[in-house]
Amino acid sequence: MTGVWLFVTAFVVGGLICVVGQLLMDLTKLTPAHVMTLLVVAGAVLDGLGLYDPLIRFAGAGATVPITSFGNALVDGAIADTRQYGLLGLITGIFEVTSAGISAAILFGFLAALAFRARG
Amino acid sequence: MSVKMASDKARYKSFLKTRQPGRPWFRNAIRAFLAGGSVCLVGQGVQETFVHFFHFSEKTAGNPTVAILIFVSSLLTGLGVYDRFGQWAGAGSSVPVTGFANSITSAALEHKTEGYVAGVGANMFRVAGPVIVFGVVAAFFVGLARYLFVSG
Repeated sequence: MTGVWLFVTAFVVGGLICVVGQLLMDLTKLTPAHVMTLLVVAGAVLDGLGLYDPLIRFAGAGATVPITSFGNALVDGAIADTRQYGLLGLITGIFEVTSAGISAAILFGFLAALAFRARG
Repeated sequence: MSVKMASDKARYKSFLKTRQPGRPWFRNAIRAFLAGGSVCLVGQGVQETFVHFFHFSEKTAGNPTVAILIFVSSLLTGLGVYDRFGQWAGAGSSVPVTGFANSITSAALEHKTEGYVAGVGANMFRVAGPVIVFGVVAAFFVGLARYLFVSG
């Protein structure tokens, strides 16, 4: 998928994943924390079934920006390292792909705490 | 008389239903779709920028894109803008990776008065922690299953 079409699928698929999250919050008794956790686990399981990577090829950022991709990226890192280190690769590889996201979130979160005050 | 009143009540109720605006779950779902889709659209734009102007591949552009989105989200959270967006957007703001960064930054800000170690450091992952814990545990078992049954 390339060009303008990828922007359309990114919007629609990304929006739909958020709708799933919203419906789980509104129509079940799950708390937002439970819903986030569920979506991450769902991303990991979908990747295990080989379904998440095709979704990324189809929807681009529509599949990589929602939190489900965090589960997918954790599994991708773990599986990639098993090729090199065997079973131990599951441990060494888990944060390989998600390192950018977690490091950035910690760093910018800390810098924001230095620079700003809580509001409201 | 009381029978008539009861039926009046029922009729009023059904009349009320026809006059009420759409139930909030439907409105919330529409908002989540529009907001979440828009965040992903911005993400796609950032990603294409990396591909076309900085010569990343679609695959390698993913990480810097996430870093940029997280930077912007932390900044907007610090400025108090992201939480206002979140009140309108619901899951449309919390499901994208920007919501992950927002939960970390707002927890850090909220506990700043308790000090940088005991406040900011200790509370940063109060909301995002469960996502990482269950993500890692799930990824381990999914990876294990793939390793054992599909052999990589």
